[in-house]
Amino acid sequence: MEKSAVNGLEHNQTLKKENQVIAVLKRMRRNKGAMVGLAVFLFIVIVGILAPWLAPYPYDQIDMASAFQSPSLKHLMGTDNMGRDVLSRIMYGVRYSVTIGVVAMIISFLGGTLIGAVAGFYGGKTDQVIMRLCDIVQAIPSLILNIALATVLGEGFVNCIIALGIGGIAGAARLVRSSMLSIRKMEYLDAAKVINCPTPQIIGFQALPNAISPMIVQATMSVARNILNAASLSYLGLGVQPPNPEWGAMLTAGRDYISKYPYLTIIPGLVIIITALSLNLLGDGLRDAMDPKLKK
Amino acid sequence: MDSNEKKFLSVHNLTIDYVTYEETVHAVRDVSFDLEKGKTLALVGETGAGKTTIARAILRVLPEPPAKVISGQVYLNDKELFGISEKEMCKVRGNDITMIFQDPMTALNPVMRVGDQIAEVLLLHGKTTKEEARAHAMEMLEQVGISGDRYDDYPNQFSGGMKQRVVIAIALACNPDLLLADEPTTALDVTIQAQVLRLIRNLVKNRNASMLLITHDLGVVAQTCDDVAIIYAGQIVEKGSKEDIFDRHCHPYTIGLLGAIPRIDTRVHRLATIKGLPPDPTLLPKGCGFCPRCPYAEKICEEKAPELMEVEPGHFCRWQRKIAGE
Amino acid sequence: MAAENSRRIIKDNIIEVKHLKKYFQTSKGLLHAVDDVNFAIEQGTTLGVVGESGCGKSTLGRVLIHLEESTEGEIWFDGEDVTDLRGRKLKKFHEKAQIIFQDPYSSLNPRMTVEDTIAEPFRHSHRFRRAEIMEQTKKLMDLVGIAQRLRMSYPHELDGGRRQRVVIARALALEPKFIVCDEPVSSLDVSIQAQVLNLLQDLQDERKFTYMFITHDLSVVRHISDNICVMYLGQLVETCAAGELFEHPLHPYTQALLSTIPSTDIHKKQEETILEGELTFPINPQPGCRFRSRCRYACEACGKPQQLREISPGHFLSCCQVNDRENGVVRQQ
Repeated sequence: MEKSAVNGLEHNQTLKKENQVIAVLKRMRRNKGAMVGLAVFLFIVIVGILAPWLAPYPYDQIDMASAFQSPSLKHLMGTDNMGRDVLSRIMYGVRYSVTIGVVAMIISFLGGTLIGAVAGFYGGKTDQVIMRLCDIVQAIPSLILNIALATVLGEGFVNCIIALGIGGIAGAARLVRSSMLSIRKMEYLDAAKVINCPTPQIIGFQALPNAISPMIVQATMSVARNILNAASLSYLGLGVQPPNPEWGAMLTAGRDYISKYPYLTIIPGLVIIITALSLNLLGDGLRDAMDPKLKK
Repeated sequence: MDSNEKKFLSVHNLTIDYVTYEETVHAVRDVSFDLEKGKTLALVGETGAGKTTIARAILRVLPEPPAKVISGQVYLNDKELFGISEKEMCKVRGNDITMIFQDPMTALNPVMRVGDQIAEVLLLHGKTTKEEARAHAMEMLEQVGISGDRYDDYPNQFSGGMKQRVVIAIALACNPDLLLADEPTTALDVTIQAQVLRLIRNLVKNRNASMLLITHDLGVVAQTCDDVAIIYAGQIVEKGSKEDIFDRHCHPYTIGLLGAIPRIDTRVHRLATIKGLPPDPTLLPKGCGFCPRCPYAEKICEEKAPELMEVEPGHFCRWQRKIAGE
Repeated sequence: MAAENSRRIIKDNIIEVKHLKKYFQTSKGLLHAVDDVNFAIEQGTTLGVVGESGCGKSTLGRVLIHLEESTEGEIWFDGEDVTDLRGRKLKKFHEKAQIIFQDPYSSLNPRMTVEDTIAEPFRHSHRFRRAEIMEQTKKLMDLVGIAQRLRMSYPHELDGGRRQRVVIARALALEPKFIVCDEPVSSLDVSIQAQVLNLLQDLQDERKFTYMFITHDLSVVRHISDNICVMYLGQLVETCAAGELFEHPLHPYTQALLSTIPSTDIHKKQEETILEGELTFPINPQPGCRFRSRCRYACEACGKPQQLREISPGHFLSCCQVNDRENGVVRQQ
């Protein structure tokens, strides 16, 4: 996410910014964890894109006769309460869940970065006002906030993403602000001021790149949280509508049968964990690769 | 002079590396020196020369790993410190040797009353009761020029100079024979530096203790010490009495160092400088460590590392030309 | 002030400060960081500002360079009133007046290469084309003595001396006339410190820069300055030519300060006038001499407000105990 933020600001900078992006990628290649994370995440995304060709069954093919089948050769991940093939549903589910998780995360952190950076950089009254507003938003339990937003926006896939994204802004803003506060007294920001660097560039190009490290890991974690919150919205009929497969919804649906058919919960749960983990490894590697101090 | 007194602290051939996965930093290389009872020796050198590592090694508080003592012995009153158990070493620390650290802001525990921090040392090392420790701690505070009433104050109520006084009080509470002072005044202002230096000087003198003063400030050395050892890239390049070093110095590095200090009594238009930078301690030159920066460097300097030679009684210098007899 | 007596000097003064004040509101009260400070710096010379931590010397430098806004007073730069500057005018001012910070580690952005850092001022001035920027950057690196191969290095890969050279190069980029040097060598080792001091002096000889050199190190200030101001808790206590200050220090604080410099001459027995007491902060200060609580000559008269007055030509002093240059402090009974 932070790459997009930095890129936008780097646009009008000089020549070899592209080289820097390549340098970051090169450094990341040496990080095994990051490469594993990248591979797993790409695999998941490709499976989602190719789902119509890869999936053994249509995701909504109901076959009550073969309901609750344990994993077998015919149904590699078994079937659910309506006899639908879990593997196919998981594959199609990538399209919904990963999109929700990642896009909502991007919305949260873009908004949070903007608000938090301004609050942290200026400090004083600006900071007070913005942070009190964030306090108010954060005082509302996230689920209730999401429900309220989704109700206002109306049901549907896109609105669900927007609701989740907006709901996460306050938390992200708080994070950005705190790391901004720690560097706003650094002398290089004063130095930038004295050589007539415009304030938006000071915030975006000088301060933010030094403040984003703690955000990257947090951002990848919020993907998993978004997927689970989407499930709650779906459950209330505000998110992705059935029969569209969505991992969170599958997880919630499987909960009713957890004692008898645990695989119905375990499989979607594992998939969510693997996705989150791969993003986490990727984010970790990205953070290290972007820090010139760790260059070796 | 009887031999026991002469060899109060004696460091032999100390060599310490910092070994990490990627590289080996040669921090201290074959350092030897003696310190007599009641005398003050200054270890002078620039950042990264290995001064602090030597002091920490004597106190056996090096972070191991990555630090690794490759060779060497430290004798305190003829007792080998590297050979004894950690339990015995604990007794030595505080009772016989103590250390004053550079930064008084971080050396004190911010949530503990300053008096208790002094009393704690007494309780740990002596067999005093709590009341005695408290009385003694108050006395220590008075000795370093802080009113005993401030026993119950916390460190944040003290200024930088007063915190350093408290640190000194802690260090001297158990009457150590040897004080290791690691840049004790670097973080302080000049007028406060003068107060603290005078205090340390007097306390050490009154107790007939010895002091190893680590500093980069040759002015402080000139006003405080009896003997001086100049350290460059982990090695002693010159050592001797204060007079040897300031009046009859012979190593090119010492000459450069003294020339680089702006003088207050005379004004020169340009300062003498030592060109270049200290060598990378992971890749030391094969010959003399100072050779790339030395104005007198010759062919032989690049190939052969010079030995530390006695140029006059008690005055040692590590320089090829001196050895060649020039 | 003497500056006002002579037309010629006024013309040559690049910066003039009149009754400058900077107060900060703190939880304990009003901190008088800079309190009624007057001085002028002649074109091409160096004014040293000495004092201990908390005396307001850094704040003074930051106010002059408009990193902080002054509370009261006037700043004249090159014949113009620059006390209140905004927008365009402030940008113009920053092309002529620059600052070098104390800690080259925190004054360089850790994520910017040497080249980027030095090229930045050119980019923001919008007067240069890309190729010109590259060329100017190269020239600057040569000027301050940074090897071209370090172009793409990051600050953490450089040692303190080189980092400070990068900071100096950045400050020099737009060819300023006036540079505030805020303790530029105090974080460097002696041998490196000498290199940087020589560089600053060579640049001044070559380009006629005017420096305000802020430091706590008296031997450095003697070496580099033409005139020296001594500050104590926000006020100037003594101002005169560098040689004069070291030979005829008149203010009791200056005298004490000078006597505490550890000399490298081991044969000269130093007579230290060690000051008792601690430095405080000028929060809601009482009128009168701020040094009087630590001064051994203090008497009742010191409780009255002190004025900086000319005791001999070019030698200014704010101490009511000194009446003429030759006799120094005379106890008034």
